[in-house]
Amino acid sequence: MAAKPAKFDLKDDSVVVIIGTGAGGGTLGNELAQKGIKVVALEAGGRYLPEDYINDEWASFQQLAWKDKRTTSGDWRVHKDFTNLPAWIVKAVGGSTVHWAGASLRLQEHEWKTRTVYGDIPGASLMDWPIDGKEMAPYYDKAEDKMGTTRTHGIPGLPGNNNYKVMAAGAQKVGYKKYSTGRMSINSQPRDERAACHQVGFCFQGCKFGAKWSTAYTEVPKGEDTGNMEVREFAMALRIEHDAKGKVTGVVYADKNGKHQRQAARVVCVAGNSIESPRLLLNSHSSMFPDGLANSSGEVGKNYMRHMTGSVYALFEKPVHMYRGTTMAGIIEDEAINDPKRGFVGGYHFETLSLGVPFMAAFLDPGAWGREFTSAMDGYANMAGVWIVGEDMPRSGNAVTLHPEITDEYGLPVPNVNFDDHPNDNAMRNHAYKQGAAVYDAVGAVRAFPTPPYPSTHNMGTNRMSAKPRDGVVNKWGQSHDIANLFVSDGSQFTTGAAENPTLTIVALAIRQADYIARQMKAGAI
Amino acid sequence: MTETTSPRGLSRRELLTRGTALGTAYVVGAGFLAHATDAWAMETKELTPAQMATLIQMARDIYPHDKISDKFYAIAVKGHDEEAAKDPAYKTMMTEGLGTLDNLAQGAGAPSYLGMGWEADRVALLRQIADSHFFQTIRGGLIVGLYNQKAVWPIFGYEGESFSKGGYIERGFNDISWL
Repeated sequence: MAAKPAKFDLKDDSVVVIIGTGAGGGTLGNELAQKGIKVVALEAGGRYLPEDYINDEWASFQQLAWKDKRTTSGDWRVHKDFTNLPAWIVKAVGGSTVHWAGASLRLQEHEWKTRTVYGDIPGASLMDWPIDGKEMAPYYDKAEDKMGTTRTHGIPGLPGNNNYKVMAAGAQKVGYKKYSTGRMSINSQPRDERAACHQVGFCFQGCKFGAKWSTAYTEVPKGEDTGNMEVREFAMALRIEHDAKGKVTGVVYADKNGKHQRQAARVVCVAGNSIESPRLLLNSHSSMFPDGLANSSGEVGKNYMRHMTGSVYALFEKPVHMYRGTTMAGIIEDEAINDPKRGFVGGYHFETLSLGVPFMAAFLDPGAWGREFTSAMDGYANMAGVWIVGEDMPRSGNAVTLHPEITDEYGLPVPNVNFDDHPNDNAMRNHAYKQGAAVYDAVGAVRAFPTPPYPSTHNMGTNRMSAKPRDGVVNKWGQSHDIANLFVSDGSQFTTGAAENPTLTIVALAIRQADYIARQMKAGAI
Repeated sequence: MTETTSPRGLSRRELLTRGTALGTAYVVGAGFLAHATDAWAMETKELTPAQMATLIQMARDIYPHDKISDKFYAIAVKGHDEEAAKDPAYKTMMTEGLGTLDNLAQGAGAPSYLGMGWEADRVALLRQIADSHFFQTIRGGLIVGLYNQKAVWPIFGYEGESFSKGGYIERGFNDISWL
C-alpha cells in the first residue's frame, strides 16, 4: 500500500531538489528516497500513464513531446528540415523514458577512453572519461536488474518480429555475426509487476502494457511510495539560486498556474536532458557567476552530441508489415567496433526501427514530393527499416547557447542548438548507408532509401564529465567542479557519446551518483 | 465536406464556360465543387470552387497516390479555404499562388493548370514555384492533412492502433513467410 505522498515545505532546505524525472532524475529520485533522503522532483510536464498513452503518432506527439520553442543552426540536416525541433524528447513525468525504444547496451571499453584510443582527431574535442567499464560494471548490473533488460539476469530475449527477420536474414547473408533481438528493457515475460510485451508496435508513443521500462511507472511511484519523494508536475525550473559562499540554496520555478515559487534545497541535481540542463545553468547566471553556474571552465553547453544517425528503409516485392511489434526489435553489432580502416574512428549499430504512415511521410525524406516519394510510400506494407546509431565526434562549437533575442513565456532566452557534422560523422554515415542497403539487397530489396537523421532523440554532452575542472563541468560523480552541492544527473554528463543508446548508462550513473550523494550528505560534506 | 449524388445549383452554362479550363474531373457551381464521377461535393467559403479544384489537383500532383481518391485530397486542403476566410493575407497568398499556376500554364499554351492534360506538365510548373511560400505551405500541410487521415491508412496497408486488439502478438507480428 502506497504511503501518503510526501509534501515538503517550500522553505525546507533539507531536501534534495531534482529537476526532471526521466532516466536520470527519476532513477536518482527513487534511489535517494529508498535511502531515506527527502526529495522534491520538479517536472516540467504532466503525468501520463499507460492508460493515457495513445496509439497514434501525431496525437501522441501532441500529448508527450517537448514542443517549447527552440532554434537551431549549423550544417546538420535537422536545422533545414525541423528548424524549431532539434530534439524529439518528452515533457512529462518519466521524461524520454516514456518515448524511448528500450535498447540497453553497455559502453564498450575503448569508448571510455576515446582520446587515448582514437588519438587527436582534428576538429573534435575528444576526451577520456574519468571512469571506465570496470568502475561502472556493478552499476550497469544494478541498472539492468532494475530495468529488466533482456539477455541479462536470466531474462530471455524478445521474439523477433517481421522487421527483425528481414534484417537478420540480410545480416546473415552479408556475413555479419552479431545480430539478435538485443538487450532490451522490455519485458519478455512478466516481471516487476509489469506485463510482458504484446508486440503492440507503438513503443515511441508510450507502452500501453507497461512492458517497456519507464521511470513514469517504475522509479517515480516507487520513490513516492517511500513517503520521501514528492513530484511536482507542471513545475518548470527557471533559475538555480546560490548564497554568498557560492553554494546553491534553492530553485525558482513556475508552477502550473505560471506563478513563481522557490523551493529551498540542500542539494540540487539537474536532469532536464542535454538541451534544458545547460540552458538552466546558463540562465542562472549571477554577479558571482556571470557566465552561468558551474561554468568556470566555459564548457557548459559545449560538446553537444546527438549520435551519428540516419536510417535505411527498403522496399521488397512482398509484404513485411514492419510496424507490427516492437519498434526496435533487433540489432546488428558487427560495425560497432573501432576499425579506422573503414575511414572513420568509432563505430555504429543497426537497430530495426519502424514508423507508421503518418511519421513515415514526415521523416522518410523531409521536403520531398512527387512520384519518387509517393511510390516509396505506396510500398509501405512491403517496407523494412533500420536506424543507424553511431558515435559522433564531440566538437566545442556544437553547442547549446542562449538565444540573444527570442525568449519563452517566462521571459527567459530560448536555447539554440548549433550542430555541424564532423567529417568523421559523415564518413561513418555514408558507410552505414552502404552497409544497410547491402543487408537489404542481400534479401531481395528492390529499392533502398538512405533516410536523413530525425530530430535528436539521443542528446548528450553539454555538461561533460572531466577529471580536471578546466576541461569540463562535472567530476566523475556528476558533481559540478565549481559548486559542491550542485550535480548533473542526465546524459549531459557524457564525456563522449559512444555508439550505444544512452539510457542504460544514464541510469547506471544515477544509481552510482545516489550512493555518492548519500555518502557526502552523511559525512556533512554537502 | 459533404457527400451528395446530386450537385446543386449547377448551370449548364457554367459547365460549358468553365469546363475546359477546369479539366474534366469537376463540376462547379456557386460556392461548391462536385466531383464529376465520385459521389461527393464540397462547399467553399472564401476560395472559389475553381480555385479549390485547382488546389485539389495541385495536392494530387505533389503527392500522387493513384489508389487514393480526390475526396481525401479535398479533405487535406480544405483547411486552406477556412484559413483564407479568417485571414485576408492568407487569401491573397492562395489567390496569387493559384493565379501564378494558371498564368504559367497559359504561358505553356494550356487554358489553365487544370486544363493541362499530363501530370508531368503540371509537375514541371510546380517545380518552378517549389521554393515559394505558397507551394511549401500547401506541401507541408499535406504531410499531416493527407497522411494522417485514418481512412487512407488501409490503402497503404497500415493498420494503425493495435492496443485494443491486444497488439500483434497473436496477429502476425512474425508472420513473414517469403524470406
